[in-house]
Amino acid sequence: MPTNFNLNGQQATTEADPNSPLLWVIRDELGLKGTKFGCGKAACGACTLHVDGKAVRSCSYPVKFIEGKEVTTIEGLGTPDNLHPVQQAWKEEIVPQCGYCQPGFMMATAAMLKEIPEPTDEDIDNNIVNVCRCGTYYRMRKAIHRASQLSK
Amino acid sequence: MSKPKSKSRRKFLIKAGIGTGLLFGTVYCIPIRRKIAEQVNVAESPYLGSTDDPKIWFEVTPDNQIIFHSPKMEMGQGVFTGLAQIAADELEIGIEQIKVVHASTELGNIDPFATGGSTSINSLWQPLRELAATMRVMLINAAADQLGVAASGLSALNGVISGSGKSITYGEVAAAVTEWEVPDTPELKDPKTYKYIGKPTPRVDLMDKVTGAPIYGMDAEMPGMLYGSVVRPSGLDSKFTAVDTTLAEGMPGVVKVIVEDDFVGVVADSYVNAENAKQKIKVTWELNKKWDDFDVEEAIKVGKGHPIEIQKEGSAEKLLEDGAEGLIQSEYFSPIGAHAQIEPNGCLAFVEEDKITIKMSTQVAEITRKEVAKRMGMDKDEVIIKPTFLGGGFGRRLHTPNAIQAAVMSKAVGKPVKCFFTRKEEFQNDSFRPPTHNVLKGKLTADGKIEAISHDISSGDVMHGSPLLPGILQKIIGADLGAWRGGMIQYHGIPNYRAVSWRVKLPFATSWWRSLGLLANTFAIESFMDELAEKAGKDPVSFRLDHLTETKADIRLAKVIAKAAEVAGYRNEATGDRAMGFACSTDVNTPCAHVAEVSIVDGEIKVHKVTCVMDPGLVINPDQVRAQCEGSIIMGMSAVLYEKMNVKNNALYPVIYGAYEMALMKDAPKEINVVLLENSDYPGGVGEPPLGPIGAAIANAVYRLTGKRVRRIPLRA
Repeated sequence: MPTNFNLNGQQATTEADPNSPLLWVIRDELGLKGTKFGCGKAACGACTLHVDGKAVRSCSYPVKFIEGKEVTTIEGLGTPDNLHPVQQAWKEEIVPQCGYCQPGFMMATAAMLKEIPEPTDEDIDNNIVNVCRCGTYYRMRKAIHRASQLSK
Repeated sequence: MSKPKSKSRRKFLIKAGIGTGLLFGTVYCIPIRRKIAEQVNVAESPYLGSTDDPKIWFEVTPDNQIIFHSPKMEMGQGVFTGLAQIAADELEIGIEQIKVVHASTELGNIDPFATGGSTSINSLWQPLRELAATMRVMLINAAADQLGVAASGLSALNGVISGSGKSITYGEVAAAVTEWEVPDTPELKDPKTYKYIGKPTPRVDLMDKVTGAPIYGMDAEMPGMLYGSVVRPSGLDSKFTAVDTTLAEGMPGVVKVIVEDDFVGVVADSYVNAENAKQKIKVTWELNKKWDDFDVEEAIKVGKGHPIEIQKEGSAEKLLEDGAEGLIQSEYFSPIGAHAQIEPNGCLAFVEEDKITIKMSTQVAEITRKEVAKRMGMDKDEVIIKPTFLGGGFGRRLHTPNAIQAAVMSKAVGKPVKCFFTRKEEFQNDSFRPPTHNVLKGKLTADGKIEAISHDISSGDVMHGSPLLPGILQKIIGADLGAWRGGMIQYHGIPNYRAVSWRVKLPFATSWWRSLGLLANTFAIESFMDELAEKAGKDPVSFRLDHLTETKADIRLAKVIAKAAEVAGYRNEATGDRAMGFACSTDVNTPCAHVAEVSIVDGEIKVHKVTCVMDPGLVINPDQVRAQCEGSIIMGMSAVLYEKMNVKNNALYPVIYGAYEMALMKDAPKEINVVLLENSDYPGGVGEPPLGPIGAAIANAVYRLTGKRVRRIPLRA
């Protein structure tokens, strides 16, 4: 049975097994590579995207749960010509190093800012729990505060 | 400025080796070996690839862009940006006019060494400026022909050549050229006229990385691509003796199950189907020995492996004999560390009749190419590696057996096959940072100076067994230069000092991990320096300065030490619930000092602030050097405070993030203050040196809070 959903503002459908992780449908079937595979166990957050505006770790999220819902990936967050405030802040603070985990962090941040528009450092510590091996956390924190300002 | 490069490290070693052919054995203390070790420790790294032909480095497009084919891989260290800045200045083009891409091996612009060791900018600084300047002159000369004017009357700016009332773009010139002439290397620019070198230029890959562009090996695709998965052992030192593939062959989407002498893999129509089918392959593993943490710790102890003396001045050995009066001795341990880079190792390979095309994240394109060619029985020129951006390197991608596996599976099914490690396989089949045991001995004079110091470093292999260094060189050096990195005594004012590297062969792969031995060795030495300072009744900062000489290296280190103490406002005494710890080291000719400000919160060590003063010599991009310092501090903190792999029942654990504890946002210092000194006109290494002092800086601060010396990583209050 196909699963129908909205992907970055467009209608999308997949015939994938309803228990398949959403990540692989997005990456390999629908061809959007911005959502990354890191661990497959929802432990690192590289695969974070939004389902109905909430941050979800898609490597462990069965595709059957997205029926009729809105899925947003980094490609739908903003574009090079029209960056989302989180992307703009990431660019201004020059956050990425290898960059592989960054879409997951940006998606997690964008979801947090909807709930907490002006996060404190403690809010950031409690809500942004993805893994970055290059150690860009220091600049990320600055970028999150900056994104909060840019979103006003 | 354009000083000639020092003699190639490899050339030097080979030459030294010829004269010492009889010394390859197991002799313990040989001056020539020590001499080589000392040379290697301070050598500048030459670029070993060809720099004859600027055209294969720079492709000029009709729309006046320059595509710069980089033989060095971008793995986060910002090398594309630094190289673009260097090239832009000598090419006389705007940085926005350069697009940096990874050089495909078919282009011929191949680095026979690797991207690693903090050598990229340092090794290309001279050749790249010469190449770019030569390319500029080639364009001007061609423009002169095309415009019918003298080249001497033309000059270039922002990719436009003008003079004698005419002007033409690089793109227009290149489009009309049929044959290039390569002139002698022109004079390089006066540093005063640099527009990009030394300026905080934003990363050239920034837009791709904030928009999630498909730039990594994991993102690579080819038409008709299938998905491979390889059965990897969870146990150490395991070989498979029997395989039953019956169940797997009947699984949904399976195209083929492949059984080779050294691996078993399955190819399917999707990643999920390949992984599911792999679970059904029954493999019988033969274990050579049962290993546990205890066995590893016993094996790694100083005295168990094979020793080579790598440094000797005066008579430290005699002065520090067992039972010597006033002997001070401490021992330190570090655990097995995982790379834990977020992009798993992987490869997309397509084997055709006459060529193999590979897209992947690799730090060693040339080695990958040779290994695949050998296994597939083809010429290396028939193997085309198209390197992608790396989702983290850290040494993990200096070994690429996965390329062979993807190629074998592609050949078996006649289609492109992408195959990568699962996270569990990454954790259990990594080439780990080796565990270490360091023994420091010292003796003080009556007036509180160090009379003698010795450092015994025992470590699993880093360099040995690596394809990066030919076996003969490994034999000549004897000791493992990766394992001893950072292990030599850097306080040359001490009259008697000595370092010995003990090599231990472990039953699992250990290898290059960002900064190699530096992390553990500096932790040991710099903790011990604080211990000695305390026994001497001296302040740790002035105590360090007291043991440096007037040599160039020592003066640079002294300046870094003094500056760090000044900027951080270093104090010996704890203030409230916080204390400071000091440590420093010189790595790849880059001295670096950290002051860590630490407290203990609910029994756990919390790092609030790190002041980092580093002198990497000439800085190409201050912003990205700072980024490397920040990242190294956080990665180093993660390694010394949280990370540890355990050996249980012959397998390595944990196998997932979280269980393998790493620094997260909440753990990162809220303040990192980086100060850069530039006491050399040559760019030194940057990506690893700031990892060195972090462990001891934290441990030294913890001592000031608790009065307890922590000599084991991960550090516990």
